[in-house]
Amino acid sequence: MSGSIQDTFFEECEELLEATDEGLSAIEGGDHDPEVVNAVFRAVHSIKGGAGAFGLNELVAFAHRFETVFDEVRANRMELTDPLVQLLLRSCDHLYNLVAVARDGGETDQEHHDMLIEALDKYIPEEEEDLTFEPMGLGGPMDIGAIDLPGIATEETYQIHFRPLKDMYSTGNEPIFLFQALKDMGTLEVTLDDSELPGFDAIDPEEVYLSWNLVLTTSEPRSSVEAVFEFVEGLCELSIDGDGDADADAAALAALEAAFGSAPAEAPPEAEPTVMVEETPAAPFEQPAPAPAPEAVPEVAGKQASAPKAETAKSEQRGPNPTLRVDLERADRLINAVGELIINHSMLAQQIANLDVADVRDVETELEGFKNLARDIQEGVMSIRAQPVKPLFQRMARIVREASSATDKSCKLVTEGENTEVDKTVIERLADPLTHILRNAVDHGVEKPEDRIAAGKDKVGEIRLSASHRSGSVCIEVRDDGAGVNRPRVKQIAIEKGLIPENAELTDSEIDNLLFLPGFSTAKEVSKLSGRGVGMDVVKNAVTGLGGRINISSNPGKGSTFTIILPLTLAVMDGMVVSVADQTMVVPITSIVETMRGNDDMINNLGADGTLLSIRGSFVPICDVAGALGLRKEDSDQPPGVYLLVETETGQRSALAVDDIHDQRQVVIKSLDGVCGEIAGVAAATILGDGKIAMILDPESILAASPAAAFDTERRMSNAS
Amino acid sequence: MQAETKNNDQEVKHAQFSEFVSFTVAGQAFCLKITQIREIRRWSPVTILPHAPSDVLGVMNLRGAVIPIYDLSARFGLQTTEASERNVVIVVSSAGKPVGLLAESVSEIISINPEEIQETPPVDSRNTMEYIQGIISHDDTMVRIINLDAVISVPEQVL
Repeated sequence: MSGSIQDTFFEECEELLEATDEGLSAIEGGDHDPEVVNAVFRAVHSIKGGAGAFGLNELVAFAHRFETVFDEVRANRMELTDPLVQLLLRSCDHLYNLVAVARDGGETDQEHHDMLIEALDKYIPEEEEDLTFEPMGLGGPMDIGAIDLPGIATEETYQIHFRPLKDMYSTGNEPIFLFQALKDMGTLEVTLDDSELPGFDAIDPEEVYLSWNLVLTTSEPRSSVEAVFEFVEGLCELSIDGDGDADADAAALAALEAAFGSAPAEAPPEAEPTVMVEETPAAPFEQPAPAPAPEAVPEVAGKQASAPKAETAKSEQRGPNPTLRVDLERADRLINAVGELIINHSMLAQQIANLDVADVRDVETELEGFKNLARDIQEGVMSIRAQPVKPLFQRMARIVREASSATDKSCKLVTEGENTEVDKTVIERLADPLTHILRNAVDHGVEKPEDRIAAGKDKVGEIRLSASHRSGSVCIEVRDDGAGVNRPRVKQIAIEKGLIPENAELTDSEIDNLLFLPGFSTAKEVSKLSGRGVGMDVVKNAVTGLGGRINISSNPGKGSTFTIILPLTLAVMDGMVVSVADQTMVVPITSIVETMRGNDDMINNLGADGTLLSIRGSFVPICDVAGALGLRKEDSDQPPGVYLLVETETGQRSALAVDDIHDQRQVVIKSLDGVCGEIAGVAAATILGDGKIAMILDPESILAASPAAAFDTERRMSNAS
Repeated sequence: MQAETKNNDQEVKHAQFSEFVSFTVAGQAFCLKITQIREIRRWSPVTILPHAPSDVLGVMNLRGAVIPIYDLSARFGLQTTEASERNVVIVVSSAGKPVGLLAESVSEIISINPEEIQETPPVDSRNTMEYIQGIISHDDTMVRIINLDAVISVPEQVL
């Protein structure tokens, strides 16, 4: 049980860290809205609270420092200066690390840790005592007051009206404990309001009739008073009127009341609602009820879902949309089932077409409806897996920060289109290649500050990370404004490493693409950052493994751009159904530029075996697919009739010769992993309408495997030597 | 008392009997343990895998899963089978992955007392030897027990 609660905590942590990161980035961008500051504070506070419950002392101590500094900012006692924001950002990165260490084990970078703590301590006012942290028990309201800043030590009187709702009792809360906690803070007067109590015969033992008016005089800050009621938020009607700060907090209170008022109606009791209350350090995860919890809090974290869309415009702005956390496997099962449904539909359609019935129009109309519905379901299911790239981009911002400080360069990451949605698996598997590209951009792309100034550029390098949808695929671009690819050096290194012959003649784009060759690294010495023996070829493999392509273009002195084109999803794609040597195969639409039916006039021989297809005056080499796949018998003389014009990553065009084109349709991708090893020219398989399996071709690798390509490399080599 | 013990002995022995499915491949009798077999299907044309070795016939759609089909005859170093409707595909499962094996025809289910299994005598036919676990005599014919793991694991290394 504790394991699963802990898991939930770490999941929550992830979200809270993202929220922190997002808030800090907004602050960095000049948005000093108090609500943003509060959002960050709340998130860090929640991490601390949860970590405390699990006895993660290191994390608690660090989060506490972070929070303390931020509390100063929140209370407008400290200016958000640029160095401070940078420090906070780095601290946030460190929080990520600490959470990761707490979750996965491992070592904290102690030096870095101490350095940050020291830096943070400089911002912490002197009177803040160093607290020791015990794992917080689950009993009673925790002594948040002691952790929070003492604040201004003048006595204040608070008028508190407290009316529990039915749910508060049903979750095992007991007002007397709250009153006791308040009493510990100062002098407390309690008045019971039983005016709503009906006659004895009309009384419902389960109903709530009582409320209390409390007058508290205390030197504790307002937040401590509110913290007492932390666990019963949303379970009671509460108003706290301070005599001093009443005016200042009027807006906050209105929000608070509105939120409390609406909460119970919207959220089911088992999903404990968390109301975002101004100035209240709310802990929006696992709030264990002080007394025996009525029911185990369900695994699916309802917290997020239940943050009520209160009438408070501000909190609505920051509050997340209601979400449901679902096991990924369940979504995947659904996706598979929908895939089968689509296959099933095409089978059905084919069977009906084969029927020897005079009039099948009605059936076909219905079948068309069925098809549309199936598509709808499929799109819906796919969108479950689709996620915005925002968290990924946020992580990349960290990478850039870390990389910049490790290389003593100053870079900023500008992100665009972070709401672009991409399949979850794609996002996950994109993290490593993107990290690598960005580290490279900082390490090799952006120049040292002095060089930049000499080149007349801004001292701070700009790396632009953007995502966008582009006709059925996702385009991710990393653009830096650095020096660009140092082509002579790249070429020289490639020669030194024996990757290309000494006097090879390469075009600029070919030189740029040398970076993707295995074992290529331009760093003069192995730097701390990149150059660990893993080169851009790993990036390229990762991207092609996702069915995508990567390209680099560079402009000397102006910067370089990496473009990654990825399929929207890994499960379904649009393909052209063709036949090759009596076999039905599928070619991905994305790789086809144009299709055409050829005749003899268009085919030109070049040498004994080479053939070129003339298209509007230009000549394109023909690659016979059947031959490349080893399917055509030698003696077959009949020339293929249809050509698919494809373009490779390097922009080279080729014509794939196939026998015929049958159809263009959406196919469900079935991996061949575990069925057989890697097959040159084949990316995966799919099941067609007739239940047969068809190979999904990979034009890129067909061309690479063709004899012409082998000859081309050979020729270049021999030209050089 | 003594009779009872004897009876028990017999029961124990009976429980040790295991059932095998026998089938023919290129005219020879082979068998597999019945628990290794998931289903037996009639042959239907498969999709050819490009660049595949001759004993890999291709892949087949088994209720939405893509499964590879091996030609047992070719695997055993016998002649390759010209598959037709009369042939069968025996679907076996290895480490949770289904694999189809093409055989000529399925004969019957036989009960075998493990004690009757004889070790494969050494013969100069390496290809076959690797895949045979043992032999038994059934109705005066020799039935070869297939070593399923060997049959299934090898092709992936070849590919």
